[in-house]
Amino acid sequence: MATTVAAPSYAPPRTQAAEAKGGIWSWIATTDHKKIGVLYLFTALFFFIFGGLEAAVIRAQLAAPNQSLVSAELYNQLFTMHGTTMVFLAIMPLSAAFFNFLIPLQIGARDVAFPRLNAFSYWVYLLGGLFITAPIFFGLAPDGGWFGYAPLTTRQYSPGLNIDFWVLGLQILGISSLAAGFNFITTIINLRAPGMTLMRMPMFTWMSFVVQFLVVLAFPVITVALVFLQFDRFFGTNFYTLSAGADPLLWQHLFWIFGHPEVYILILPAFGLVSEVIPTFSRKPLFGYSVMVYSGILIGFLGFGVWAHHMFSVGMGPIADTVFGLTTMLIAIPTGVKIFNWMSTMWGGALKFTTPMLFSIGLVSMFTIGGLSGVSHSSPPADLQQTDTYYVVAHFHYVLFGGSIMGIFAGIYHYFPKMFGRLMDERLGKWHFWINLVGMNLTFGPMHFSGLLGMPRRIYTYDANQGWDLFNMMSSVGTAIIIVATLIFVWNFFASLRRGPVAGRDPWGASTLEWSIPSPPPAYNFAELPTVTSRYPLWDLTEGDLTKEHHEAPEARDRRIPTAKELGIPMPADTAKPALAALGLTVMVGGMFLKHVNMTVFLAVVGTGAVVFVGALYAWLTSPLEEAH
Amino acid sequence: MTATAMPAGTGAAHGGDAHAHGHHYTTTGLDNRKIAIWALIGSECMLFASLISTYLIYKGKSLVGPYPHEAWTDPATGTVYNPILNIPVTSFSTFVLLMSSLAMVLAHNAVVNKGKPRTGFWQKLEGNSVFWLVATALLGTVFLMCQAYEFTSFVHEGLKLGTNLFSSSFYTLTGFHGAHVAAGVLWLWTLAFIDLKRGLGPADGISVDICALYWHFVDVVWIAIFVLLYLIK
Repeated sequence: MATTVAAPSYAPPRTQAAEAKGGIWSWIATTDHKKIGVLYLFTALFFFIFGGLEAAVIRAQLAAPNQSLVSAELYNQLFTMHGTTMVFLAIMPLSAAFFNFLIPLQIGARDVAFPRLNAFSYWVYLLGGLFITAPIFFGLAPDGGWFGYAPLTTRQYSPGLNIDFWVLGLQILGISSLAAGFNFITTIINLRAPGMTLMRMPMFTWMSFVVQFLVVLAFPVITVALVFLQFDRFFGTNFYTLSAGADPLLWQHLFWIFGHPEVYILILPAFGLVSEVIPTFSRKPLFGYSVMVYSGILIGFLGFGVWAHHMFSVGMGPIADTVFGLTTMLIAIPTGVKIFNWMSTMWGGALKFTTPMLFSIGLVSMFTIGGLSGVSHSSPPADLQQTDTYYVVAHFHYVLFGGSIMGIFAGIYHYFPKMFGRLMDERLGKWHFWINLVGMNLTFGPMHFSGLLGMPRRIYTYDANQGWDLFNMMSSVGTAIIIVATLIFVWNFFASLRRGPVAGRDPWGASTLEWSIPSPPPAYNFAELPTVTSRYPLWDLTEGDLTKEHHEAPEARDRRIPTAKELGIPMPADTAKPALAALGLTVMVGGMFLKHVNMTVFLAVVGTGAVVFVGALYAWLTSPLEEAH
Repeated sequence: MTATAMPAGTGAAHGGDAHAHGHHYTTTGLDNRKIAIWALIGSECMLFASLISTYLIYKGKSLVGPYPHEAWTDPATGTVYNPILNIPVTSFSTFVLLMSSLAMVLAHNAVVNKGKPRTGFWQKLEGNSVFWLVATALLGTVFLMCQAYEFTSFVHEGLKLGTNLFSSSFYTLTGFHGAHVAAGVLWLWTLAFIDLKRGLGPADGISVDICALYWHFVDVVWIAIFVLLYLIK
């Protein structure tokens, strides 16, 4: 019989599915950060699969020379939407799923600071994501690359509706990210439980905190760049019109001032997740906690000073090239510090190679490969050889797939039991990990070679006998292997939802507050706000006995978790107003593409959207958050 | 394991009263909205920094006129265009916007000191929050009317949105600022309406406070725009 460890007094008494409220309406109207986190997770996984299928078509087309599986036009749409989908609709929202689900639990809060704004963020994301994705079924998907370089994307060179969908869709998605950014900054500053000082916060919350600052400071810049492009395309301004004297680099500068912090927006949450997993399965506190915090902040800070390393080939001159080369090399220092700290955490630990741990180690090793190739093109002369080749594609896929996605998978396996009350299957999880690892290296490893042999990015086909054939075939076979791995994951995910072993409060013997409450947690999270006295409250509670398994005592099984009402805890009321406001906003902004289709329809649609948006916003802001009681 | 010995449970008694009815516990003691509005302002700084930088980068780069500070003769038609920017009118609207910030401060003051005994016309005026809220909103509205006049007269003088780089960056920047003022005016009218309907008291101080922070920020941005666009040639 497993040893029973007394639950802390602030935890509700029992582990059992929370108040069962079903139905689709309970999801549309929910303001519960945990349910919104689950919505983010499912939606983002859907888009991850969708973006993966786009990549699969790309790799099928490139498997051999001179194939014509897709046309050049469709190929442009595929690589544009693959990038856009993975960045804005998959990795960012997968991180947001964890922000939503975990941050309030990790800091000991009942919810986020603005629960309805949180729902609004999700619905804007979902609707904006559908808006930007749907056109591919009509052959009208954006086709200017995920970076949408102007003047290529101006009306003169891209006359179709494709880029309109991209511009408007990204504006909509930006609003979602900004609203979430304000919400989480406020949540982390202001809703920490008593005793949860900044330097006691779990590392995931810390990295998320840094990310929110990056979001609120970087997204306004791309908003402005997109507004310029939108005005150029819709209202005849000439921000990007070279014949009017415009600077051809304006877009590139604005885009990358956003785009490089965006890279850290994508990776830091994954860093945070593995910083939760590695100490748990090494049975040691995180090595160099404060240095991890400072290096995260430093990465965020330096992230704003390296943008022009994306532009070495445009001829900025030796001084600018040198400065941005140096700042880029500098950023390798705090990143390297993190790698060494994870290794030092594992050093001498009682390692347990569970699936989340394997994926975390996968991140540490694969991200390091991507980081090293990144350092190799921080040098402008080297970059001139590598830029716009598959070498760069290899680099950022090691960072984003080997880094972000590996970290997110670690997070999913680690927190699945907390989210759904059941564990995922470990055997299938390990199959997923190893097949995924092989597939990813086979896909992206050879791209280093095809790139250095001169294969450019974004070409829809190539001639034989340039030395690229074998490497491309390897990459395509690797993609098929990744698909197999992903299918195993999907099967494991859904099968475990129904049949996984019941997890209990803290199946991994982890240390932070979220593991002190039942799985899944009740709506109010904590029956009483906890008081925190250290970085590892649950490890303190078990007084150093970290190896015992934590299971609920059998006699406690049947006790029901009290509802918020019974405990007298005021809860935010369910409301669909944020979803309605999101719908109005999406119709208002998205409907603008109709300007070049039919003026009357355009005015009617945008006007209706505006009325719905403003009306729902007023109704929401003038109604109280909580039900009267 | 470096366990700080105190079990986490012992502190629960302190946390326990944190959800006392109607008062939510916050770490800093500040209202959530106050922190969120500062985060919003930080974000808005980047928005306006991008817009202003673009204007400055494109300054003097327009291939055709009209220009902001100097006259321009169209070589094709021989038409002479006057310098576009009208400093006296904009100085007046800038003054109006600055005064609206003063009224905003007085509105906030009146709300948080509601219930203080006041005698005489001037003291009562000082405590009349509806008056000050409406005054702020009206001054903001006057500013918007000045901007509407400005835009209209510029168009009549030959500066349309797509005329040159100057017109594109000028209208977009000042238009974005105007949209922010318009949102603020709407916010102020809403507050004034609520004040008229049920009366705002010291408990509503935060609602006025965050509106005031936003309003002052929009005002400060205008100072930057006025100096960088209008005064520096």
